[in-house]
Amino acid sequence: MPTAIEVRGLVKRYGPLAAVDGIDFDVPTGTVFAFLGPNGAGKTTTTEILEGLRRRTEGSVRVLGLDPWSDGTALHRRIGVIPQDFRFFEKITPKEAVEYYRALFGTDVDPGKLLAQVELLDKVSARFDTLSGGQKQKLGLALALTNDPEICFLDEPTTGLDPHARRAIWAVIRALRREGRTVFLTTHYLEEAEILADHVAIIHHGRVIAAGTPNEIIRAHGRPARLRVEGSPELAAYLHATLGLTAFAEGGRIDVELGSARDALRVLNAIESSGLPWSAFETAQDTLEDVFVRLVGQMDDGALKSEAPT
Amino acid sequence: MNGRRVGADFRVVARSYFRNPIALFFSLIFPIILIGLFGLIFSNAGGGAVTLPVVNADPGCPFDPVTHNTTTYCQEFLAALNSTHVVKVDVVSMPVAAFASWLGQKDYTVGLVIPPGFGENYTNRLPANVTVYSNPQDAASSGTVFGAVQGVVNGFNLRAAGGTAFLGFRTSNIGSPVYTYIDYLIPGLIGFSILTSPMFSMVDITSSYRKEGIFRQLSLTPLTRSEWLISRVLWYIALTFVTAGIMLGAGIELFGAHVTFTLGLLPFLVVGSFFFVSLGMLAGSIAKTPESAALIGNIITFPMMFLSGTFFQVSSMPPGLQEFAHLLPLYYVIDGMNQVLLFSNTTQALYDLAIVLVGSLIVFALAVRFFRWRDE
Ligand SMILES: Nc1ncnc2c1ncn2[C@@H]1O[C@H](COP(=O)(O)OP(=O)(O)OP(=O)(O)O)[C@@H](O)[C@H]1O
Ligand SMILES: [Mg+2]
Repeated sequence: MPTAIEVRGLVKRYGPLAAVDGIDFDVPTGTVFAFLGPNGAGKTTTTEILEGLRRRTEGSVRVLGLDPWSDGTALHRRIGVIPQDFRFFEKITPKEAVEYYRALFGTDVDPGKLLAQVELLDKVSARFDTLSGGQKQKLGLALALTNDPEICFLDEPTTGLDPHARRAIWAVIRALRREGRTVFLTTHYLEEAEILADHVAIIHHGRVIAAGTPNEIIRAHGRPARLRVEGSPELAAYLHATLGLTAFAEGGRIDVELGSARDALRVLNAIESSGLPWSAFETAQDTLEDVFVRLVGQMDDGALKSEAPT
Repeated sequence: MNGRRVGADFRVVARSYFRNPIALFFSLIFPIILIGLFGLIFSNAGGGAVTLPVVNADPGCPFDPVTHNTTTYCQEFLAALNSTHVVKVDVVSMPVAAFASWLGQKDYTVGLVIPPGFGENYTNRLPANVTVYSNPQDAASSGTVFGAVQGVVNGFNLRAAGGTAFLGFRTSNIGSPVYTYIDYLIPGLIGFSILTSPMFSMVDITSSYRKEGIFRQLSLTPLTRSEWLISRVLWYIALTFVTAGIMLGAGIELFGAHVTFTLGLLPFLVVGSFFFVSLGMLAGSIAKTPESAALIGNIITFPMMFLSGTFFQVSSMPPGLQEFAHLLPLYYVIDGMNQVLLFSNTTQALYDLAIVLVGSLIVFALAVRFFRWRDE
């Protein structure tokens, strides 16, 4: 699969601060790549370097085979961008804004259709300074699409959107992927990355701390899957004794760690044959969010410990 | 350079402008207010006569201001003052002792007293002194009144001595036909708006668009920095045409200015706008924050606003200031407009135009050079 974005040893320093501290990743053409990380991790900095808006300190970056900083003009015709803090001319309406971009890029998109796609049809003639935060964000997305881009860079496109509007943006992102475009996405909504992304990278303090498909990351860094059943500590002891699986009992609930999907059946059989009372059961698995919180938390604890006076 | 992109950007500028009531006020209504204000304040200095309150303390000759009946010498004296057309006699009746303080209260800066026995003394060829009151702060009116009274007094003395005048003079103003303050004011105020409307808003826009990330946004499109600047230049040229039209129209219709429109004015509107749009953008680009941009903009704008011949003729300023004025680009824009509108002096106008044009090209190049779409 050809590579849309290729990053090797990327470093960006602001004075003494290394906001991006040597990261590598590839984004295959036609996939959705989610770039995750806590506030200040270096997501926007990286994204802007890829867009040609910021100059890198070290490393090599290729976007569609071009160097974003020195070949910016050529690159910008082929990519679409929503910056994290999208602002536009205050007195201009969404329809006029799309017409403006259409003239600048010399394309022939239909402003009505584009604004319908991002669900902004009811505000086509409202001035930018009267739009809500989410509506501005939608206009940003529409503008990013006016030039029929091969890659879309979306820096937190759904932050501040209501759940319905967020799903509308998801639909647009899925459509972009179906059309064979590459999407580079940053977000703080982990479930969004899990649903949309083919590949995910988690960045923290300017370094990639986990990368792969969402499932790969969960498998590598998540806790084992669990079967949860309501029952007494005696039942937990019985399950541990008969199956050899770890089982915690707390507040009337038992969590049994599963080695594989087949273990779930063994646990259910053992519960039935134990003769002890039990009720409602469910299986639980770590989400990307659980993994994210644990990974970032562990790193911060480590950082705090190593900095603590001895 | 791509016409479609410049056109699209021009439409955005125009729309933003028309939807901003304050900007509209400053470019369309403010010029009329300015021309009205300065026209009213200074119109006296140009054409109108100075009002001269007079106390006639000579009971021998009451003066009838309605019929201008001149049967006695003091009436003749006042009528002669009126016929100079530089003062307009206004007879008031009150004790001489109260006159000075009354003048002060009424904000008059000049006054005249005809002493008791004026007519009788003149008839008998005995000395008689009229008294002129003046306020040194209003040198223009005092000078006018001194001159008029001196002239009439000389005439009376000559007649009493039985002599004939053989030296005389006629009056004429500089330029042709006869120009008054308002005529010089029109090119001055057109220059004022060529300077101020692009300077204030370009400095502001250049620094705040950078802060808000709008330039970054535009850098992701094929629009180039030169195209962006050219579309603003075109917009301010259009705006200046309208403003100049309003000023000429208001000056001629409301204040009886004598200037006539000539095509020679247009190159100055074009090149002047080009210069100050570029300068505004340069100032906004070199500043780090919107606040320091506003400061730099004001430092550049304010001296030019007053010292380039906008409200006052440069030739009437002290020599040191005149030399300073010749360093200001706006001086050449206004001087050039004076040359084409008032004096039909094409050579001087072309010289002025060349200076502004060369300056514009330099400032434009610097503005494009220092103007950054994106951060390093
Ligand atoms: N222009 C700048 N000058 C100095 N430091 C900067 C600059 N821009 C960003 N930084 C710093 O670089 C680090 C990374 O910032 P960045 O904006 O890339 O974070 P982010 O991952 O996008 O965070 P968020 O989720 O809050 O948007 C932060 O510590 C920030 O303070
Ligand atoms: Mg960010």
